[in-house]
This record gives sequence, structure tokens and C-alpha cells, in this order.
Amino acid sequence: MSTLEVSPAEPLSANAGRSVVNDFSLQIATVNGSGSQTANTVLMRSIFQMGIPVSGKNMFPSNIAGLPTWFTIRASKHGYIGRRKEIDFLVAMNPETAREDVMKLDAGAAVVYDEPLKLNELRTDLHFYPVPFDKLVAPVCPEAKLRKLVRNMIYDGVVAWLLAIEMDEVHRALVKQFGKRKAKAAELNWGAAQAGFDYASKTLTKTDPCRVERMNATAGKIIIDGNAACALGAMFAGVTVVTWYPITPSSSLVETLIGYMRRFRVEPETGKATYAIVQAEDELASIGMALGAGWAGARAMTATAGPGISLMSEFIGLGYYAEVPAVIFDVERVGPSTGLPTRTQQGDLLTTAFLSHGDTKHPMFFPCSMEECFSMTIEAFDFAERFQTPVFIMTDLDLGMNNWMSDPFPYPEKPINRGKVLTAEDLDRLGGFSRYLDVDGDGVGYRTLPGTNHPKASYFTRGSGHNEHAQYTEREDDYINNMDRLSHKFQVMRAHVPAPVQETRAGARIGMIAIGSSDYAARESCDQLQAEYGAPVDYLRLRAYPFTPHLEEFIRRHDRVYVIDQNRDAQLLMLMRMELEPDLIARLRSVRYYGGLPIDARTVTDDVVKQEGK
Amino acid sequence: MSTAAAPPPKKTNRIGLEVLSYKGSRTTLCAGCGHNAVSERVVECFYELGVQPWQVAKFSGIGCSSKSPAYFLGMSHGFNAVHGRMPAIATGAILANSNLIGLGVTGDGDTASIGLGQFMHLVRRNIPMIYIIEDNGVYGLTKGQFSATADLGSTLKTGTPNDLPPFDCCALALKWGATFVARSFSGDKKQLQAILKTAISHRGLSVIDVVSPCVTFNDHQGSTKSYSYMKDHDLVLHELDYVPFREDIAVEIPEGDVMDVQLHDGSHLRIRKLGRDFDPTNRLAALAAIEDAEAKGEVLTGVLYVNTAKPTFLELLNLAAEPIATLPESRVRPSRAALDEVMEELR
Repeated sequence: MSTLEVSPAEPLSANAGRSVVNDFSLQIATVNGSGSQTANTVLMRSIFQMGIPVSGKNMFPSNIAGLPTWFTIRASKHGYIGRRKEIDFLVAMNPETAREDVMKLDAGAAVVYDEPLKLNELRTDLHFYPVPFDKLVAPVCPEAKLRKLVRNMIYDGVVAWLLAIEMDEVHRALVKQFGKRKAKAAELNWGAAQAGFDYASKTLTKTDPCRVERMNATAGKIIIDGNAACALGAMFAGVTVVTWYPITPSSSLVETLIGYMRRFRVEPETGKATYAIVQAEDELASIGMALGAGWAGARAMTATAGPGISLMSEFIGLGYYAEVPAVIFDVERVGPSTGLPTRTQQGDLLTTAFLSHGDTKHPMFFPCSMEECFSMTIEAFDFAERFQTPVFIMTDLDLGMNNWMSDPFPYPEKPINRGKVLTAEDLDRLGGFSRYLDVDGDGVGYRTLPGTNHPKASYFTRGSGHNEHAQYTEREDDYINNMDRLSHKFQVMRAHVPAPVQETRAGARIGMIAIGSSDYAARESCDQLQAEYGAPVDYLRLRAYPFTPHLEEFIRRHDRVYVIDQNRDAQLLMLMRMELEPDLIARLRSVRYYGGLPIDARTVTDDVVKQEGK
Repeated sequence: MSTAAAPPPKKTNRIGLEVLSYKGSRTTLCAGCGHNAVSERVVECFYELGVQPWQVAKFSGIGCSSKSPAYFLGMSHGFNAVHGRMPAIATGAILANSNLIGLGVTGDGDTASIGLGQFMHLVRRNIPMIYIIEDNGVYGLTKGQFSATADLGSTLKTGTPNDLPPFDCCALALKWGATFVARSFSGDKKQLQAILKTAISHRGLSVIDVVSPCVTFNDHQGSTKSYSYMKDHDLVLHELDYVPFREDIAVEIPEGDVMDVQLHDGSHLRIRKLGRDFDPTNRLAALAAIEDAEAKGEVLTGVLYVNTAKPTFLELLNLAAEPIATLPESRVRPSRAALDEVMEELR
């Protein structure tokens, strides 16, 4: 039997002897519902445990079983953990997509495939590694019905041998993945991984250049997804009422939160919960309950995605106008309408900024990392109560559902700030209060909570016209005063939202601006532009809307500024246009990607280069 | 001066408040509107039972009925929400502060049309609150369109008949989980008082459907929600007597004629039969009685169902006894060790 089914063509021989260490993308193409998630996570963790910066991105269908799924692991000694378009190493397990997957590869890439698929007949410029998966799985998994699941672990062993991933780390990752309670399953899978490794070492000849080498760049780090990081943030922010309606890609945020709250927020002395989590009947109810709870003084939140945001529109207007705090997570996915429910986008910016009828404006926070998902969530709860308004935390499917490397989260040092709430003692001292009176000049009135034990505590909350004393009014001057105060409050927020982060390079005349998950592609692109084109680019990452004065200063310092949007209509740029002077707007350029995958650096770089006329 | 008589002492309730403390601002509803009578009953009942007004939270949706919380209990917090979605606001507030006495006032448009979904889920969760439906079969604030409780064949002012069957809010509440269900008529002061007081003492969701005629748009010949129709078709199930827990009730209860229900706070509801055999702890019998009355064109009023045993949503959630909204930081922010533990797991 031939050990290698490669017919080396010109491009391949050019690769001979070249080595690509800790800098490649590995893609695994499977069918969803086949248990490949475990095998993929184990592979990613093994590389992570070898100290190599790594990221994992799952591209999955809106379906439970039987449709194609791709998992991409990027190893990067430089620490780039954004998506990389080019695939260097493919594991082709899905007969349905195998041909197309192979045809899309750049010359010189490697392919591990199920032998009967005969993918080696398709091209001559790739490194092919055939593996008889069915033959290998039978002896290690006597129970036929489990073979479909265990089969995937074989490629972990094959890939480990081909990429020089240490099998001890594969074993450690596997044990961690299955946990103590599933030791038997772990054992079964370990047998499969070993069978793959043995087969590869005895049968295959390594010809492609990719491999890993131990580094020390991940010591002390954690791997987590953004939804879990937000959930932890909410728990440590002291959330008390959580309402939700299941929707991809936000469901796991609350599901993870439920798990943590059961562990850490049920008081051992009484066995009672210091929180309520309610799965509502729809998003209208989930936001309504969150607002009712926020009104009654709870730290309240809900989590959703674009379709839920659309449904919440009416209530958000009430929250804005009646001034009720709540934190809303929007884990963005591809719209409009149902769109692509399992693909990522930053497409809800404009909708969310002005959600609901009439003049409304809402603060949005844009975390870009796991640490920020955690810390900005905590900040958002304080902010919502400080400004008595709904606050949106805008993440996306890429941040929310993919696995990310992160430093461990720092414990919140600042005490919880509940904002301007008057107690019975305050009311004794003051003799009363006016709910919507701007006492402090920041546009934020003082509120009382229902149930406050004082005859002068009450006020009437309504979505209809109201004056400073919370009385019904249809008077022109009352209405205008109130709307102007709300507008002023929004202006005041600029000094209190999370400030942007800047990275400058000597001599840069052009700038780049991004938010959230675009950060990884943006920073890598800035490096590419410097290294490949000798073009220094300054970078500004915005962390909130309303924008802070840093935005204007940044644009003023540059001739041209590229604004990165993961949506068709340049929504981030449009938000800027609304408030900038014409001379500054003229400096803005748009870089957009909206295909549903996480934006990658090469796409940004190529677009900037084209627009710069280089 | 010395000859002037001292002013008579002001009448107060058991917590020392005058009835004035239970009133709200002046009503802006039409003169003769049934809703105003309901507001008056609210004032009387909360005053007479000596409920602290600032322990009550008022909730409403949108419509004429939903305006009325401004006209009673001015010392209570109120939340006039969006159309049909008061149940969500009330649910959130009561979860946040389980010590609140929730009082929702809504209409038939608010509850049976736009808000039917939220109403049904409120019922299903058995949220402990009072939910009064001021039911006139018509949209008043938009000038007289049919609502989903308008009876088949009932006509608009223009003579247009309603050709869709009505939702019976009591039947819906009975079927899906409310634990106190009653129907009354805004014109029946005594019955409505007893029902409302019982609801205040009940732990669980109390759904009270009050036929409350709209004098402007639905009080004509041909309407089945008019004063005159109710006078002719109100079928009173029984005589109700609410006995507060503070009063001695060690009085002989005649066997067979009077049923006694002990409520959560120790008060009692005494139900004296009027001719027919009706057991308000039998849910299926209540549903049958409603169906039966509807077929005969009668409006059955009284306590249709009471269940004092079923746990509320708060009990199912195993909530801490104090309002969770205002727990101190030490009880809602887990320790540094907890974060370390989680971080270690993720390494």
C-alpha cells in the first residue's frame, strides 16, 4: 500500500524543507450532530496547553443534525486570534462538502480525509493524508451505535501526529472535556485518538510544512466564550432579575448564567435564591419583566438577538421615556428578518441606537474581548442605574459563541453603585421629591422604589406625557422641557461611558476605527499595512455609544480614517456622520464585510490598500 | 372662640389613616362610567382593611380602564405601562419585591385582545396580585370599536352587530391556573366589595372580571354590556360576606347554607347559597356554570373559584424572603474565592 497519495506538482516541491511553526489555520469539516464539537475542542485545547496562542471558530448551520459544520482553529505565535481566511490544513470528514472544501484550498495546503472519498484525485497541488476511519474505529469502539461519535476522535490522533501536538496534552484536554463524571467516555475516546495517532505514525509520511512547537504564551490564561463571560459579569454585578426568551446566539448566555447562579447565588443557610430567572413567553414579555423589575429596584437584565431587539422596540421606548434602568444584551446575528441565525454580524447598531418610535437614543457598550464582556457588563449595570435608562451591551455571535483565550477576569473592586434612589430617611429629611426634576444638572432625577415605607415615596410612572412631578401633561412647555432634559442626560453620558482605546504609530497619517469583534482583524491589519506596505496606521477602538470627544480628536489628527463595519450599510460610520462636522465626515472611509463570517485582517488590508491607491 | 364646638374627630382606619389617604386625583373618565365605581370600591376596601397604601403597587396598560389607577391610592406607586403588556411589568416588579401588594387594572381590549398572551401567561404563573378587568366590551378611548369580549350579536351604537364569539376572561383564568376567579358588576357595590377584599387577602393571582358599562359607547339598546342589560341578566350566584381576620368569627355557621373559606391572611370568605348548589372550590363546575349561563344569555356573578393551596410563582422560584431588589452587595456579589474557583475551571 502506498503510504502517500500525493503526486507532487511544482508548487509542492517548492515547499519541501520549509517549516511553518505555530502559524496556521486548521479547518475541520464535519456534519452537525456528529459529536465533532468535542474532538474539535480537545484539539484546540491541546494546542493551547502547549502554550501557543489559539482561537476556535465554529461555523454551524441553523439546524440540529445532518448539515455541514466547519470548525477552524487558528494557531498564531504572534497572538493573532481573529479569523484567518486562508486554510492551511483541512480535515475533510463531510462527504457532502469535501469536494468543494478541497477545491477552495490554496496550493500547498494539507488535507486529512476519509479514504473512501478519494479526494486525492481532485488536485495534485495539495498534501493528501488518507485515513480509513471506519476501519480504525471498529476495534476501539465495539458498540456500533457509538462509532459515529467516537470516529471523530480519530482525527485528533492523526492531526496530533501530523502537527506534532503532544499526545499527553491531548489526553489532558480530553479528560478535562469529559470531566470526572464521564470517565468511561473519556477512556473510549482516548482509545480512538491513540488509534489515529498510531495509524498516522506507522502509515503516513509527513510532507506539509505545518507543525506546532511548545511556547509559553498561554500560561495562566483561560478559554471561555463571550456569552459565558457576560453571564459571569452579570452575576458579579449583582443581577437579581433575569428574563429571557431563547434565541440563537444569545440563549447560552442565560443558560450559563442559570448554572452559575445555582452554584453561587443560593444562600447555603436558607437554601433560598437571591435572584429570579424567568423564561418569558416572548421578547415583549422578557423586556417588560426586566423593566418592571428595574422600576422596582432590581438589577434587571435580558439577553436576545436582532429579532428580539425588534420585538422589544415599544417597551424600550417606555424605558427611555419613563426612565427605567435595565441591561439588554444583544448578541448580534445576521439580519434582516430571520437572516442567517448562526452567522455573525454587527448589524443592529442603527436599530438599537434609536430603538422605538419618537425621539429616542440609547447607550450601547461594545466589548471586544472576554475580559471586557465581563467587566463592561458590570459597568453597564452601574451605568443603567446611574442614568436610569436601558443600556445595551452589543456583542455578536463571534464573540458570544466562539471560544476565546483570555487572561483571568479581575474581581470587581468598585462597590456596586445603585444610582439616585431616595430612602424613607431621605424623604423625611427632604419632605418630598419630584421624580423628573433635574436637581443636579446632569439630567437625572431622583427616584424612589415602590414599597418604600414613607407616605411621600410614591410617584406615578407612565409612558404618556409627564412633567417634573411625574404628573400627566399634554402641555407644550412641559413636553419640550422633558425631552430636552432627556437629550441633556444623553450628552452627559459621553463623559461616563467606557472611553476608547488607542494605538498609535509614528508618522501615521491614516487612521482606523473599529468596535467589538472587528478589533482582531483591525489590529492585525494595521500590522500588515505596516509590515507589507510600510504604511503606519493609528487605531482607535470605540467602546461605547454615545461617542466620547476622543472620536473627533482622532479624526482631526488624520487625513483619512477607515471605519470598519460588519454590516452592509456602514452603520457605525452612519452613527458618526450624524454628529460630526462636514470636514470630519469628509475624512471617513468605509471598510465593510457582511458575509456572515467573522471579519478577517486580509479583507481589511486589501480594502484599505485599494482605497489608498497603493 | 370658647363657645365654638371642638371639630368632630376625623374618622381613621386601624392604621390611623383617613379615607383621603386612599384617594387619587380627580377622575377624567365620563360621568357615570362604571370604572369610576370600581375606583371607589378600591378606595373603600383598602381603607377599610387598613392596608398601607405605600405597600401597594398599581399597574395598568392602555385604555380608559388603565387610566383609572391615577384616580385611587395616590400614595401608592403606579406604573401605567404599554397596551396589553401590564402583566410583564407587574411580574417583574413583584419578582423584584415580593412584599408589594400588586394591583392591576386593565380593560377588555387590553386583556382579551392585544394582551391576551401576557394575560394567559400571568394566569399560568399564578403571580400573586389582583388583576381587575373593567369589562365593557368596547374600546372607549378610540371611540367605540368592539373588543374581544363583546358578545355575539351585541351591537355597536351604529347598530352593527358583533359576529365573532367573545372570550370569557373568567373561563380563561379558570382553565389555565388563576387561584381566585370572580365576576362582578360595577353597579353591585356590596358584591364587588366582598370580592375585592377577598382578593386582597388571597395569596395568588386574583382575576376579577367586572362588567363596567361604557356610558358613552356601549350603553344602548342592543348592547349586552349596558346597565339595563345587566339589571335584567345579572345572575347572582350567592351572597358574599368577607370577615377580616381581626373580627371574631366564632359565630355559628348554619350547616349546608353557608360555606366558609379561610384566606391566606386569616380572614374568611363566607358564601351563602342562593337557591342553587354551587361549590367555588370545584373548577370544572365553575367552567360548566359559566358555559350554562352564557347559553342562557345570563351573566353569572360572584366568586367562581377559589384555591388557597396552589403555590405561587414566587414559591416555585424559591425566592429569598426579603425583596431581592434591595439585598445588600454582600448577598448579591459572590466572593473573590468564587471568581477564582470559576477561573480555575476555565484554565
